[in-house]
Amino acid sequence: MKSGFRRFREMQAFWPLTVLLAIFAVNGVITGGSFFEISIIENHLFGRVIDIARNGSKLMLLSIGMTMVLATGGTDISVGSVMAISGAIACSIIDKRILPQLGGSFPAAVGFAMLAGVACGAWNGLLVAKAKLQPIVATMILMVAGRGVAQLITNGKIVTITSVPYYFINGGYILGIPFPVYIVLFFLAAALLFNRRTAFGLFLESTGCNPTASRFAGIRVDTVKWLVYTFSGLMAAIAGLIESAGIKGADCNNAGLFIEMDAILAVAIGGTLLSGGRFSIPASIIGALIIQSITTSVLAMDVAPQATQVVKAVIVIAICLFQSGEFKRAIRPGRREGKAVEKT
Amino acid sequence: MRTKARGIRNLSLLITVCLFAALFLFGSLAFRKFFSLATLFNLFNDNSYLMIVSVGVTFVLLTGGIDISVASTVAFTCVLSAWLLEGGVPAPAVLLIVLLIGIGFGAGMGALIQYFQLQPFIVTLAGQFFLRGMCAVISTESIPITDPFYMAMALNKIAVGRAKLYYYVFIALAVVLAAWYTLRHTRFGRNVYAVGGSEQSALLMGLPVARTKVLVYTISGFCAALGGVVFSFYTLAGYSLQNVGLELDAISSAVIGGTLLTGGVGSPLGSLFGVLIQGVIQNLVTYQNLNTWWTKVANAALLCVFIIIQRVIALRAEKEK
Repeated sequence: MKSGFRRFREMQAFWPLTVLLAIFAVNGVITGGSFFEISIIENHLFGRVIDIARNGSKLMLLSIGMTMVLATGGTDISVGSVMAISGAIACSIIDKRILPQLGGSFPAAVGFAMLAGVACGAWNGLLVAKAKLQPIVATMILMVAGRGVAQLITNGKIVTITSVPYYFINGGYILGIPFPVYIVLFFLAAALLFNRRTAFGLFLESTGCNPTASRFAGIRVDTVKWLVYTFSGLMAAIAGLIESAGIKGADCNNAGLFIEMDAILAVAIGGTLLSGGRFSIPASIIGALIIQSITTSVLAMDVAPQATQVVKAVIVIAICLFQSGEFKRAIRPGRREGKAVEKT
Repeated sequence: MRTKARGIRNLSLLITVCLFAALFLFGSLAFRKFFSLATLFNLFNDNSYLMIVSVGVTFVLLTGGIDISVASTVAFTCVLSAWLLEGGVPAPAVLLIVLLIGIGFGAGMGALIQYFQLQPFIVTLAGQFFLRGMCAVISTESIPITDPFYMAMALNKIAVGRAKLYYYVFIALAVVLAAWYTLRHTRFGRNVYAVGGSEQSALLMGLPVARTKVLVYTISGFCAALGGVVFSFYTLAGYSLQNVGLELDAISSAVIGGTLLTGGVGSPLGSLFGVLIQGVIQNLVTYQNLNTWWTKVANAALLCVFIIIQRVIALRAEKEK
């Protein structure tokens, strides 16, 4: 019987949560407390922390999908392009550039954008699960071609739109809390229920640990992979909707550019092994919040936002090194870290 | 086993050469003025940097690894060269610095991958972001290059009638030849194929697997830096966001040229033709007056088709065993 605190410490989310609180604390001290200030203006909450939650919503959604993809031992670097496609479709429909017979209907725009995301994800899944391509190559095809497709949809232009319901996706409030936060909570709950209340999560971990053994144990590995890539595509499409609602238009060159690295980083910070196996979606969400608060802090410090990529790349490699058994043995030659388990 | 590998290799190379000829023929029939020596030479002029980069990537793919950091290396080389030249550093020193950085960066990634058993994609992805970020740290604006040596390299050419071949094309051709010779006729080259064929067997045979794997990433880093140098001759500017997506072009050139993504089969000559095919597609898109993004989509589609052909051939070969 473990005490409550001990059990909490052994949870995967413990270290990420500690880091997040530490970043918040440092920010709080630097800004002299104004970091935590939350004001209520016209029944809406405003403040840095609220900003982080709102701006981090895209990354949190992506990291939900990415966690499951990485748990199977795969990867999905097409999410940024899928975001561009989804934004392009939604804005083009509302602007009546494509499918004018829909009359710029808002539900149709959102529906088609999400459908496109599912299609993109299914395509990735097809290449990975059926054609047995390396996930990095399979998703890289869509990463490059997807941005091209988005450009073709908008005809290479930046589409700006006026649609109050569409703005609501990013800028709306319910009970004083930004709407994107509800989207994240909804999909987080759905993913958690699906992974932890059904056997799917177990199948996922099993697929990631050893696909061959899982297949012999009767798990339909291909279907599992297909599902997670499709889900990741859907998450990317919704993130794309939030992004384009935020800038009130579709910018295919910059929507979701380089965000795939952030999503992978969020999962890595959350402690999920990038080689597959045990995973935790809440830990990845916290990882996403950590990245968002670093980005927000860096922006507040007036550093070029692209420069944070350098920091992020270094953090990813550092985390990978700490996960690597070879590295542990190199720095602590005396200890045999769990080798007995790996050998069996 | 050997004949199977050779069968796949020759078949792929044959398909590639035929496809290039067919596309060129199609262009010649469809558009006036397409069929000329100038068009052919321009394929080399416009794509020489890509040839160099994809030869480097071919080395990595042959061992069964992957390197997606090359696009950023090219951009970083250009930005750093432009920045250093602007600061008054002489051209030979700049060339030496950027090439050494390419070599060092490639070797570093190779060492991380080999000695700490990290996955190649995650290391090179991080490398890609690192260098892209470093570009932005140096400058987010485009920096023009006005150095006389660079200007000379950008403008000097050999003219055959109306067709012109720039000097830097010969750098690319030299790299392709050197790579072909290395892979075909040196011990290191045979090791690369052996590691790609089966790393386990190569290890049991006593081949220097670790050294080979670190070296291929080093070569890839060097080629990407050299490609960056040629690209800076070509554009005479350094901009932090140039060449986004070049890594796919390089990888697909290699794959279209018959390199198996699983390693062990392929040749730099194939990659050269892979680049030429993509160049022809780009020309066709321009002649047809289409949106330039069609080039990216067409290239990706072509890559898909070739990968699927490879899978079918490989699966058939496996069944015959």
